[in-house]
Amino acid sequence: MKYLKLKATTFLIAATLASPLAAQEAGGRLDIVVQPEPPGLMLGLVQNGPTQLVAGDIYESLLRYDGDLTPMPGLAKSWEISDDGLTYTFKLNEGVTWHDGEPFSADDVVFSADVFLRETHARLRASLAYVESITAPDPLTVVFKLKEPFGPFINAFENGTMPIVPKHIYEGTDFANNPANATPIGTGPFKFDEWVKGSHIHLVKNEDYYVDGLPYLDEVFYRVIPDAAARAVAFETGEVDVLPGGSVENWDIPRLAEMDGVCVTEKGWEFLAPLAWMWMNNREGPTANVKFRQAVMYAMDRKFMRDVVWNGFGTVATGPIASSTNFYSDDVTIYDHNPDKAKELLAEMGYDGEPVRILPLPYGETWQRWAEAVRQNLSEVGINAEIDSSDVAGWNEKTSQWDYDLAFTYLYQYGDPALGVSRNYTADRIKKGSPWNNVEGYNNPELDKKWAAAATMVKPMERADAYAEIQKEIVDDVPVAWMQELTFPTIYRCNVNDLVTTAIGINDGPRNAWIEK
Amino acid sequence: MTIFAVIVSRLSKAILTLLAIAILNFFLIHAAPGDPAVVLAGEAGAADEQMIEQLRERFGLDQPLYVQLGKYVAGIVQLDLGYSFRQGAPVAELIADRLPATLLLTLTAFVVSLVMGIVFGVSAAARVGKPSDSVLTTLALLFYATPLYWLALMAVLVFSVWLGWLPGFGYETVGANYTGFTRVLDILSHLILPALTLGLFFTAVYMRMARASMLEVSQLDFVKTAKAKGLSDAVIRRRHILRNAILPVVTLAGLQAGQLVGGAVLTETVFAWPGIGRLMFESLAARDYNTILGVFLVSAAMVILFNIVTDIVYRIVDPRIGARS
Repeated sequence: MKYLKLKATTFLIAATLASPLAAQEAGGRLDIVVQPEPPGLMLGLVQNGPTQLVAGDIYESLLRYDGDLTPMPGLAKSWEISDDGLTYTFKLNEGVTWHDGEPFSADDVVFSADVFLRETHARLRASLAYVESITAPDPLTVVFKLKEPFGPFINAFENGTMPIVPKHIYEGTDFANNPANATPIGTGPFKFDEWVKGSHIHLVKNEDYYVDGLPYLDEVFYRVIPDAAARAVAFETGEVDVLPGGSVENWDIPRLAEMDGVCVTEKGWEFLAPLAWMWMNNREGPTANVKFRQAVMYAMDRKFMRDVVWNGFGTVATGPIASSTNFYSDDVTIYDHNPDKAKELLAEMGYDGEPVRILPLPYGETWQRWAEAVRQNLSEVGINAEIDSSDVAGWNEKTSQWDYDLAFTYLYQYGDPALGVSRNYTADRIKKGSPWNNVEGYNNPELDKKWAAAATMVKPMERADAYAEIQKEIVDDVPVAWMQELTFPTIYRCNVNDLVTTAIGINDGPRNAWIEK
Repeated sequence: MTIFAVIVSRLSKAILTLLAIAILNFFLIHAAPGDPAVVLAGEAGAADEQMIEQLRERFGLDQPLYVQLGKYVAGIVQLDLGYSFRQGAPVAELIADRLPATLLLTLTAFVVSLVMGIVFGVSAAARVGKPSDSVLTTLALLFYATPLYWLALMAVLVFSVWLGWLPGFGYETVGANYTGFTRVLDILSHLILPALTLGLFFTAVYMRMARASMLEVSQLDFVKTAKAKGLSDAVIRRRHILRNAILPVVTLAGLQAGQLVGGAVLTETVFAWPGIGRLMFESLAARDYNTILGVFLVSAAMVILFNIVTDIVYRIVDPRIGARS
C-alpha cells in the first residue's frame, strides 16, 4: 500500500513537470557564464561570441530565426519580398522605445544599416554591396532595394549581423570612441545596468519592452569565470544556471548532464552552424598536391575523433556546407577511414617524407587533443607530421600570413553558403592579412563562376541545384580537410524554460526564458 | 650614508631603471607574433582588409615602430599609461579598477604567510628533532612542492563543492548588494580560499628559511655568551637569535612583496578573482599592447619600490649594515 502511494506521488510529480500547459512565471534571476570576458558590449562595433551573447539581450534586429532558419518577427512585425527578389519591405512594431526613453523609428534602421554598420561591420558590408538603397518612406516602414537578386539577403537581418543602433546617440560622432559605448542603449528586452570588469555584467528587465508580458526574468547576470574547470564547478555548486556552448571542456559534459535537474541541448547553433576543418596550404609543400590532400582525408578516422575527442558531440562533415545550412547536399564522394587507400595515394604522388606542421586552434584542451589524434592518424600512413602550437594571436598571425601546412579552424555559415561558405573557396578571397577568407589558396576559376551565379539566383530550387553541383566538384578537390560540424551543447537547469528557442540559441535566449519555481 | 640619502640615490636610479624596463618591454611585446587589430578582427569571425586597416589606424599601429615608441615614452614621462583600444578605457583606469582586489588578495596572503612562516619556523627550530618539528617540516615540504594550480582546484573541490563551507569564486556575492559589515564579511569569506592557497607556498618557504636560519645562528658563539650570562631561553631566542636569523627571511619577503601586483595570475584565474594578474594575462593573449605595458610597468615599479623598502628594513633590523657602508 505504501509502495503504491509512493508511486502515485511520483507519477503526480512527473506529470506536473512534464505538463506543457505550465503557465509562464514572471520573475527570477538567471546567471549565465560568459567566456572570455567581452572586449565591449556595443554590438554594432564588436561582434565576437561573448559580445553577441550578452549584447544580444540589449540590442535587437529586424528579424529573428527559428531552428529551421525561418524568419520570425523581431523589430519588424511583418515583411515582404518582391517577386523579382529586389525589394525587401519591412513594417516595424509600434511603440518601441530605446532604453533611454527616446522613440525608435525607421530612421534608426536606415542609419544603422546604411551609415553605422557600413562603416564598422565587415561581414554585413559584404552583403550591403548588393544593396542599392535603404529608405524609410514613413516612420514604421523600411525598404531595402537591391541591385541584383541576392538569395541569402533574408538571413542578413539577424542580431549579430544587423543590430539596430540608436541614431540619436551616434549620428555625427566618432562611433568607435563614443563614450556611450560603455553604457549600451538598445531596444531589447534587457537593459544594461553594470559591468564589474573581471567579475560580472548585470542586465535588468526592460519594463517598457514592446512585447506584452516579455521578458519574464527580472535580471540576468553574465558571470566571468576564466578557468574551464572552475566554470564546471560553478555550475555544480549552483553559482550559475547556464553554461553556454563551449564553456566547459567536452569531457566534463557527461558528468554535469547526469546531475539532477540538469538539461543539455545541442540546439541553438543552426544559424551559426560552425564547421571545422584543417586548411591545407594549396600553394607549397606536399599539401599542394591533391593526392596528398585526399590521402589526409582517407588517413583520418574522423568518426573516432568525434566520439573520443568531442565526446560524441557533432557530426562528421561531408563537405564545405553544414547539414543545417540551406542547400546542403550529401551527394558527394565520402572519405571514410581507409589507411590503405591513403598509402596508395601517397605512393602514387611519390611522397618523400617531407614533414608537415599541424597548427592546432588554441581554444583549449579539446582542440589540442584533436590535433594529436590527427597527427597519430597521419603517422600511421607514413606522413611525417609535427604539432606547431601557438596562442590565439600567434595562430591569427600564422594563418593570415599563410605560414602553416595544416591549420585547424572553424567558420560560421550564417545559414547560407553565399554568406558563410564561399568566402573560404573563391579566388577573390585570397588575401593575406586575414584568417577569415581563402587562407588555403584554393584557386578554381570554373567553380568561382558557379559560386557567384548561385548567390544571385532568385529561385531556391535553382540555387539548390547549383550548390549541389559545386559540392560534388569541390569535395573531389579537397582544398581543405573538412573535419566535422561542431555542436556546442548548452547545459542548463531544467527549471529554466524556453531558453533555447531560436537559431542563435542563448544569444537572444533570455527574451523568452522563464524560471519554474 | 643616512637612510634619507640612500632613498634619494635609490629613487633616482629607480627612475632610469623603470624607463629602461618600459622600452625593453615595448620591444618584447611588439616582437610577439600577431597584433591587437588582427586579434580583434579575428574575434569578429569575419574581417576584410578595410576593417584591419581601420583598426590599425585607430590603434596607431600604422605608424613606424620608432614613432610608436616615442609616443609611448613621451606618455610615460608624463605619467600617462595610454589608452586601451580593446577595452575602450584609459589603461590607468583599468589598472586602478583591478588593483584593490589584487592588493587585498596578495597582501593578505603576504601577511599571513610571513607571520605563519616565522612562527612555525621559530617553533620548529626550538623543537628540532622532536615529532612536532618533523610534522611541521613535512607539511612545509608538501606545500612547497605542490603546484599552486592543483592546490587551488582541490581547495575549491573540498571546501566549496563537497563541504559547501566557503564560496569558491569571485570577490563577493554577485547581485546580493550587501553593504557595510555584511559586505566585509562576504568579501572575507570569498578571500579565505584564494589567500590561503596563495599563502601556503610562501608560508612553507618562510618556515623552512626561518627554521634553518634559527638553527644556524643558535650555534654561534655569542649565543653561548648570552647563555653564560644567564639569560632565559625565550629572551635569547627572541632578542639574540631571531634578530640575527631574520635577515634571509626579510630578503625573501622583499622578493615576494615585489610580486604583489603581478604574482597571482594562477590564483586569480582559478578563483575568478577580478584582479590585475588576469588583466595582464588576458591583455597578453589579446595583444592589448598599452594595457600589458601598463601592468608590466606598475609591477616593475612595485619590485623596485620593495627592493628599496627591503634595504631600509635591513638597516632597521641590523644596524651594522648602514654603519659598514
